[in-house]
Amino acid sequence: MNGAEYAAGGGGAISRRTALKLGLVGVLGAAVGAGSTAAIARLGKAVQPRYRFFTDTEADLLIDICEQIIPRDDVPGATDTGAIRYIDRQLCGPLSRHQRAYRRGLESFRKTCLRTYKASFQELAPSLKIEALRSIERGEAPKELWDDPPAKGFFNLVLAHTMQSFYGSPRHGGNRDYASYRMLGLDYPQIVGQNRYRKA
Amino acid sequence: MALKHVNAVVVGAGAGGGVVAKELSEAGLSVVILERGGWVSFEEHGQDELLNQRTTALGNAYGPDDRSPRVVETGPGTWEIVMPHEGGYSNNAACVGSGTVSYGAMAWRYMEKDFRMRSTYGAPEGSTLEDWPISYDDLEPFYEKAEQEVGVSGDMSANPFAAPRRRAYPMPAFPYNTEGRILEAAAKRLGLHPFPIPMLRNSVPYGGRNACVHNRYCCGFACPNNAKNGTHNTVIPRALATGNCELRTHSMAREVVVDDRGVARGVRYFDESDAEQLQTADLVVVSGGAIETARLLLNSRSRLFPNGAGNRYDWVGRNLQGHAYCGADGLFEEKTFDDVGPGATIAISDFNHGNPGLRGGAALCNEFIRPPYGFSGMRPPGQPSWGKAHKEFQRRFYKRSVSIRGPVQEMPVFDARMQIDPSVTDHWGIPVARLSGSRHLHDIEIGRVMAARAQAWLMEAGAVATWTNVPGPGLSGGQHQAGTCRMGTDPKTSVANRFGQVHDIENLFLSDASLHVTNGGFNPVLTIMALGYWVGGHIRARWKDGKLT
Repeated sequence: MNGAEYAAGGGGAISRRTALKLGLVGVLGAAVGAGSTAAIARLGKAVQPRYRFFTDTEADLLIDICEQIIPRDDVPGATDTGAIRYIDRQLCGPLSRHQRAYRRGLESFRKTCLRTYKASFQELAPSLKIEALRSIERGEAPKELWDDPPAKGFFNLVLAHTMQSFYGSPRHGGNRDYASYRMLGLDYPQIVGQNRYRKA
Repeated sequence: MALKHVNAVVVGAGAGGGVVAKELSEAGLSVVILERGGWVSFEEHGQDELLNQRTTALGNAYGPDDRSPRVVETGPGTWEIVMPHEGGYSNNAACVGSGTVSYGAMAWRYMEKDFRMRSTYGAPEGSTLEDWPISYDDLEPFYEKAEQEVGVSGDMSANPFAAPRRRAYPMPAFPYNTEGRILEAAAKRLGLHPFPIPMLRNSVPYGGRNACVHNRYCCGFACPNNAKNGTHNTVIPRALATGNCELRTHSMAREVVVDDRGVARGVRYFDESDAEQLQTADLVVVSGGAIETARLLLNSRSRLFPNGAGNRYDWVGRNLQGHAYCGADGLFEEKTFDDVGPGATIAISDFNHGNPGLRGGAALCNEFIRPPYGFSGMRPPGQPSWGKAHKEFQRRFYKRSVSIRGPVQEMPVFDARMQIDPSVTDHWGIPVARLSGSRHLHDIEIGRVMAARAQAWLMEAGAVATWTNVPGPGLSGGQHQAGTCRMGTDPKTSVANRFGQVHDIENLFLSDASLHVTNGGFNPVLTIMALGYWVGGHIRARWKDGKLT
């Protein structure tokens, strides 16, 4: 068998669970340290951030990019199935080593659109969105905006992660309701351990 | 407190180590197996396409974890630290059974010429191609033992190129699935000789375990039905049942202790709680896989072997090889998908040898069922990989595509190697493996020819579009890693003798693919198991009155 064939990038030492635990410890520790019951009371009312890693602005842009990669047609696309949830979660877990590439890449992408189209990506007409992404995919983008990550590298990263979200197990945050399995006509969740086939 | 002295300590509970441990403990030797991983089960990760041993987007399901980095050459003079689930690491697995828990389980015997590659073809320039010091005939009874004891389903009667066997497979071959039936007819029209792939899976109940239920995904995953035969559910339990064998999991070997007279005294390792331990033994068997075995030897420095055990002539870690995978993909109008897993059912061996002007070749097999994420990367050249077109392609062709792949036998290269990294250490402070070099250009040449054969086969089968996959020049290794401690007759150009005993260290043995001189045009695991029986049998023959004679 060929192990390397489907291998995709990824990495990071801190598991999601550990990161969560650390985050929780940090918040509680600070509150107790301040010795203020008021501070603890305020905790409950604090607005929960929508994402673990992304800012709302970053997320809005990334959602739109992912939607171009897997658009909704008669079946759900990247937005419907939780691509952003998958990427956001994994960036605080096994894919944490790509945090920097996302943070900088999204900023480069935003600036590229403003410079090329004098508008944000989300404001572009559908055909222009595809054109903008194609030039990023081909690496045809202002070099001074894309030293690290390079445009092509950033595109391939988002492409791989969007595909993972759409086709991977829903337990990782994407593929809501097994949408991709329904699309492909595969049973969901997969039936295992039944002797459904003719015997040898 | 000192650990109780034993007769043999085996490092690594994979294909080679599991078999040796069983052979020795059945012969009455007291045995300790040190395995850096633990027991694993299907339930842990199920059929997760992003988290298994084949697609490692979110990690390895069955280890190792990030405590075990390696260093990989990324260009001339540039190096990178890589984690086990990242490309270039050449991962296998770290658990009881190692790769045999989650492999695709193809159960190949190498062919006679695979043991005599140099005398058959001559070495190409830049290659250390050599004959094995043992022949197919030497190994044949041990192949048989592996097939019988671990359990193989197969039938070679339709393959005129198969090496002779004395005994039939213990289980009937698996029938072809839809892909297999389409490809069988096409191969016959082309005058080829298709046959069912021999598999370390139960086609009928065997060894007290179930028959295969044709689960969709198999390669890369543990079996939910315990119908896939690895060392973890066959020889290792048998070794433990003798009462002579103790398996210590989560135990990371640091060095083989070799005394000033050149005798192996035991293995120093870190136990489950990272405490250092010394397990003394009358003999030591290292079976950590080609890269980790070489690493352990190189990290085992002693007075007589200041550059590592068995490394007097700088051959340990050299000739790292795997398989140059090649093949072709085809799209069909008719439905080819029948959900009868694992999918790979049919092979031809017509091109393993006898390719004009070329040395060796490869078996060609249809692929395991491609999971949806994997399939998203399978596109003809120039086809868009995203957008509306991506979805349409997935819908139209996911169930109408066939892939053929072949493991090209590689020409060993002296500078394709693992060394000990001078600065990077792992979680336990042990210097890690550092990989460098590239594969021989001849491998790519054969790969191109094999890919064209695969493409012709798909076209004959009715594919409406086909394209080829040809291997690149990058360093080989991966799950089929081999060759780093080759066996040979001359201590100056090999690491171990024909019985897997390290030259000049009477009681240190190797039992894994590190011994392979060449790696055949087939998946290597049955050969690793056969070598385990061969090495184990040799030790048993030399074991008299409680000591090695």
